[in-house]
Amino acid sequence: MNNQDNNNYFSGSKAVIESFLAEGVDTIFGYPGGTIMPVYDALYDYRDRVNHILVRHEQCAVHSAQGYARASGKTGVCIVTSGPGATNTVTGLADALLDSTPIVLISGQVASGALGTDAFQETNFIQITQAVTKWNCQVKRAADIPAAIAKAFYIAQSGRPGPVVVDITKDAQMELAEFHYEKVNFIRSYHPYPVLDKEKIAEAAKLINLSNRPLVLVGQGVVLGEAGEELKAFLEKSGIPAASTLLGLSALPTNHPQYVGMLGMHGNYAPNVKNKDCDLLIAIGMRFDDRVTGTPETFGKNAKIIHLDIDPSEINKIIYADVPVIGDVKESLPVLTELLAQKHHKDWIAEFKACYNIEYNAIIEPSIHPTSPQVRMGEVVSGVSKAYNDDAIMVTDVGQQQMVAARFFGYTRPRSIITSGGLGTMGFGLPAAIGAKLGCPEREVCLFVGDGGLQMSIQEFGTIFQSDIHVKVILLNNSFLGMVRQWQELFFDKRYSFTEMINPDFGLIAQANRIAYQCVEERADLEEAIKKMKAHKGAYLLEVRVEKEENVFPMVQAGASVEDVRLE
Amino acid sequence: MNKEYIITVFSENKVGLLGEITAVLTQRSINIESLTVSESALQGIHKFTIIVSTESEQIEKAAKQIEKIIDVLKAFVYTQDEVVQQEIALYKVTRSTNVEKLVRDHHVRILEIFDDYIILEKTGHKQDTQALFELLKPYGVQQFVRSGQVAIIKSKHELLDEYLESINKNI
Ligand SMILES: Cc1ncc(C[n+]2csc(CCOP(=O)(O)OP(=O)(O)O)c2C)c(N)n1
Repeated sequence: MNNQDNNNYFSGSKAVIESFLAEGVDTIFGYPGGTIMPVYDALYDYRDRVNHILVRHEQCAVHSAQGYARASGKTGVCIVTSGPGATNTVTGLADALLDSTPIVLISGQVASGALGTDAFQETNFIQITQAVTKWNCQVKRAADIPAAIAKAFYIAQSGRPGPVVVDITKDAQMELAEFHYEKVNFIRSYHPYPVLDKEKIAEAAKLINLSNRPLVLVGQGVVLGEAGEELKAFLEKSGIPAASTLLGLSALPTNHPQYVGMLGMHGNYAPNVKNKDCDLLIAIGMRFDDRVTGTPETFGKNAKIIHLDIDPSEINKIIYADVPVIGDVKESLPVLTELLAQKHHKDWIAEFKACYNIEYNAIIEPSIHPTSPQVRMGEVVSGVSKAYNDDAIMVTDVGQQQMVAARFFGYTRPRSIITSGGLGTMGFGLPAAIGAKLGCPEREVCLFVGDGGLQMSIQEFGTIFQSDIHVKVILLNNSFLGMVRQWQELFFDKRYSFTEMINPDFGLIAQANRIAYQCVEERADLEEAIKKMKAHKGAYLLEVRVEKEENVFPMVQAGASVEDVRLE
Repeated sequence: MNKEYIITVFSENKVGLLGEITAVLTQRSINIESLTVSESALQGIHKFTIIVSTESEQIEKAAKQIEKIIDVLKAFVYTQDEVVQQEIALYKVTRSTNVEKLVRDHHVRILEIFDDYIILEKTGHKQDTQALFELLKPYGVQQFVRSGQVAIIKSKHELLDEYLESINKNI
């Protein structure tokens, strides 16, 4: 060993790990390979301080890091090799960018001298990830590694969070350089926390105080800004009803008296159908995704719009804001609450409750207490939620099961739902559940996944086995790519083109991975099976054979106005 | 309605930034008519001058997205009347008495004279440089290049100065 190494002269690889420690990293998701081997070699000496999870596919390294970040509020960290290792992460990065999840991904790169020569496992990863990262950079000298990683963490977690990539050439990993770590908290060209405009807040307060039919739209910004209490104070003073986006769920407990349901394509009936009656919409940390607005031209057509968001580029992007309030909602909400008149909107909230009753009779009751011969998704979700006292972290994959799970699970505290919203990535669920459990070991983690989505990342059962991750996987098996089948039924004359699944024996797959397993086909066995799953110490796969052609309602058809939400 | 806009972007000097900035425009199908990059009056800060033609709503959103790029300091949008724009065009033209008459009549600058061709320079608006090209064309233009446009804003000083001052105050 070089004697310089004894002082503050570290290899670039060691500098990577030391930088992680300086940022408080305790868990890394990764997969080794040629150009990242020096970092893996350095990691060998840190096994007592850093928990490295060996995933089974690099896409899942990112999804696990996302689950970790969203459950814990910390930044998720991944390490992968160049070429195929790096390109495998692109879907994860895109998902993290759309859902504002803080991720730092370190990718190996061919030696700097070989850059641009089509060397073995060389891809231009900087260019590839430009469109799917908040920021990225390439490092070619060991001396530059600490500063690059410090900048990466600052950018990933500040302001509106997002994924960043630091691509490190192999020679930089091996070179020796003096190690000196300084956290970054200022970048001249980057202003993650805009200064509040008090005048705008005053204007917003005026609109709110004058409004008779206001509705709050809660987005993930409230969760990311840790502003749950500030939101509650705002709601309780103003008396305004609140609906949530998919990613905003759990910012407000489901049983809050002013909570009126989930927005969007498969959201609740009330907040969709009442949209046209609102005279004021107060959007808090949300971005008017098209799955929320339906056709934007008619969204909130009789309402003024107040838009609170930390990202100035979201203002007027989809929906024109009469009063934009740019800033961290944790800061802006209390200032706004100060200026509000104490009010209640009892009659107005009663109108939402009346709509809820319509939905309850038409959809909710038949979903959670069905009389149909086969088990339905809703009763499984509500059964599991109850068994865990509405207090588990609920992870979903994508499809029908995602929408049913989001609607029928109950939430009592923030960071209790982890789902792929913006990108809608099938295969997200299983790795995200692994990450969530590692990010919040003291909480129970329940994943709802379809038979299609499970098979997109089913190799992660291997990770669960090797790292002994105690997640509960509830497979809602309808032997269809259910959500696509539903669209085929409704909009393509029931032509079920390649959506039927002839599935493997999931029990054998569980067994092969030493994961406890039970399959339920009869309603009568469901409650007992859920109890057994809950009591089991360790990972569990509960397969439930559900109705094959159940449809998810309410539904706002693509291109329709939210007020035209269908109950059947 | 499409209208011509001048976007000036001030940024740190970072590899790959040009691609990131143009990607914001191409993703919205905004066609770039001219683009020049160089160091600005402030040392270490680069300035992009981008001329595009698009709708007012689009340009605002695009400018915000450009400004969102971490290494971008500031993006400003101007309309034609707010700036003085110029570009340089060079022409390599076969020598003839007709060409020499054109040069005299239009006050075109001669850069170099060779036995069988001359190199001319014209500074002005795109229309001016284009007009000269059309006049020269019948007499044999062997090469014609344009620099792309640069622009100076008419208001007192570059807004970036104020902006940099304000961040320095906030530190
Ligand atoms: C990677 C990826 N490929 C394709 C899709 C399109 N897609 C959305 S939902 C869905 C069906 C999901 O089926 P399954 O996982 O069985 O869940 P279900 O809808 O039956 O609950 C598909 C194919 C997607 N969202 N992601």
